[in-house]
Amino acid sequence: MYRILKKRMLNPSVVLLEIEAPAIAKKAQPGQFIILRVNEQGERIPLTIADFDRQRGSVTVIAQTVGATTELLAAKQEGEFIADFVGPLGVPTHTEGLKKVAVVGGGVGCAIAYPVAKKLHELGCEVHSIVGFRSRGLVILEEEFRAVSDVYRLVSDDGTTGVKGMVTDALKELLDEGHVYDEVLAIGPLIMMKFVCQLTEAYGVKTVVSMNPIMIDGTGMCGGCRLTVGGKTKFACVDGPEFDGHQVDFDEAIDRAATYREFEQRAHEETCRLLRGGE
Amino acid sequence: MPNMSQKKNPMPVQDAKLRATNFEEVALGYSPEQARDEALRCLNCKNKPCVSGCPVAVDIPAFLAKVAAGDDEGAYDIISASSSLPAVCGRVCPQENQCEKYCTRGNKGEPVAIGRVERYVADRHLAGSTEAEAPVTPNGHRVAIVGAGPAGLTCAGDLARLGYAVTIFEALHVAGGVLVYGIPEFRLPKRIVAREIEGLKAMGVDIQTNMVIGKVLSIDELFEEGFEAVFLGSGSGLPSFMGIPGENLRGVFSANEFLTRINLMKAYQPGAATPIYRGNKVVVVGGGNVAMDAARCALRLGASEVNIVYRRSHEELPARAEEIEHAREEGVVFRLLSNPVRILGDDKHRVTGLRCVEMELGEPDESGRRRPVEKRDSEFTIEADCVIMAIGTSPNPLLRTTTPGLESNRRGGLIVEEETGLTTKKMVYAGGDVVTGSATVIMAMGAGKKAAAAIHKALSEKKA
Repeated sequence: MYRILKKRMLNPSVVLLEIEAPAIAKKAQPGQFIILRVNEQGERIPLTIADFDRQRGSVTVIAQTVGATTELLAAKQEGEFIADFVGPLGVPTHTEGLKKVAVVGGGVGCAIAYPVAKKLHELGCEVHSIVGFRSRGLVILEEEFRAVSDVYRLVSDDGTTGVKGMVTDALKELLDEGHVYDEVLAIGPLIMMKFVCQLTEAYGVKTVVSMNPIMIDGTGMCGGCRLTVGGKTKFACVDGPEFDGHQVDFDEAIDRAATYREFEQRAHEETCRLLRGGE
Repeated sequence: MPNMSQKKNPMPVQDAKLRATNFEEVALGYSPEQARDEALRCLNCKNKPCVSGCPVAVDIPAFLAKVAAGDDEGAYDIISASSSLPAVCGRVCPQENQCEKYCTRGNKGEPVAIGRVERYVADRHLAGSTEAEAPVTPNGHRVAIVGAGPAGLTCAGDLARLGYAVTIFEALHVAGGVLVYGIPEFRLPKRIVAREIEGLKAMGVDIQTNMVIGKVLSIDELFEEGFEAVFLGSGSGLPSFMGIPGENLRGVFSANEFLTRINLMKAYQPGAATPIYRGNKVVVVGGGNVAMDAARCALRLGASEVNIVYRRSHEELPARAEEIEHAREEGVVFRLLSNPVRILGDDKHRVTGLRCVEMELGEPDESGRRRPVEKRDSEFTIEADCVIMAIGTSPNPLLRTTTPGLESNRRGGLIVEEETGLTTKKMVYAGGDVVTGSATVIMAMGAGKKAAAAIHKALSEKKA
């Protein structure tokens, strides 16, 4: 059992949870993930580590309430427990030697992009953050991003905050202004990462993406998280979760992510109904 | 007088039609009368050929004699002196390739049904006794075990009996390894596994779940924490695929994923939180126990048609004879001497079928089995909305990639001394699938046992 030290709703559908897990906190690195189960009957879901505090012995995760498990997670309160919390899994983000990086975050993907931006900033790297949300009410971690970014560009689909448009528009602008990045790091919905990669490929800028596919054990056993990278089958849990974005077969990843969609939608509706009191 | 019947006592089983719709155990177990009658078939040979066929060297004639004499608990004591998991072995060992293969009775008629009697003895014990093994005097030495599967549990049991303080670190949220995530309920009920694990805990074995060694703690850190030896039984790793087109289509799964969802996550139960893909026409590729398990699970999830595609002939099927027979009875269709060449999909990237080619057996290969070769112009298609690849796994990469000094062979298996399980790293031992790649429960148990003896020897010498 793992205690919830802190819980905060970052927007109506994004929850931040700080979990007591000293052993994991001691080893966690940006870019790695954990797997959790909310309760004894729960499913295992992977979440990328959003932050960690080695002194407090805690690991922070941020999740969007997109399904049954994340709804149950968001319904938990401070001081309560979740059944399982295991990690840190996957390969940490490569940050050494980078002098100038564009960090592109989309939606809740910003939660994962932030710790990397923070680490790069701490290492003395110039950080340009480009973050995109559907709408003003969904913006998360704005202050945190600003604090670690040399350039901060906020875009929204509907123009209610920042500049109306896509993260790719903002990135293209910066590239056209003549900024030369050692690397672009893109974390967000698959479709966003796909378009970021198309853009940066045209500009010849190395791009790293963080994949969050279907996963069960997270330790290289089930093979559910496989994806095609550079024509070869890779496993996000042990080879990733970060990959060279120009090599990733995004269309296949988008298809595979939909494998259980009908089940997930049914389970989500059922859970919401139960959480609202079973009417 | 021995019972000279040439046939084994048949195992009572659930009706094939009925069981193909549920996850309850298929084989129901011997009655006391059947067990005694079967045990009486043992000739009590002086040279005990059966024992040499057992990877953990259970004194088989001795336990059979106890059963024949009506002393089931005495039989249990004999088995458990060599095996930490008797109720498991009686169910999942490929006896026809081990103890029963060497049984003298098999020269004329069927061998003694050693596995079935073993299962009977273990089940009687579990049903009857609630008392745990008497705790032993601690010897003050600590051993860490990585992975709570058959290898790790066996190693832990043997060391705990010698007085070692044993801690098992398990990556998943529950102990048991392949016994809980891989082998289905209908072949090995999870309550049996849980009972065996409770037994180890009662002996003082500490099991820490959710601990991925190599990530949360390194092996060197285990030594720093005061463990004097480490046994690695982290099991199988990445599932193998064939490298044919279409393997990443929607509806194609590794058997590991399919079975883990069903067995570990209970996705077959109504209201389960974990989803499972219920195919209507399912094809399973492979001929081992895992392939049989996947095919039979698919049937139980409601598939109208399940085909097993295997490139060699019936004779070479590596699965236990009983599983093959059970699968056939339940309606699984075997497409032998057939090899997939591509998986077909529609415009939405969903599986629609499996394109195969017919094979014929040619000259024997290095494994001594006749090599299957493609027949020309023999391609055919099996319609399918779900394809499950059950063609093996490679050893788990987590430890070898995160532990300096731990060397592996080109297939990714840890390099160990055959007799002791000692790896290339000091006081680190290993056994089971992490060394061999996909093998059997009992092979892993044998390796765990050898390593326990070697660890005991090494630490005793250190003490002296």
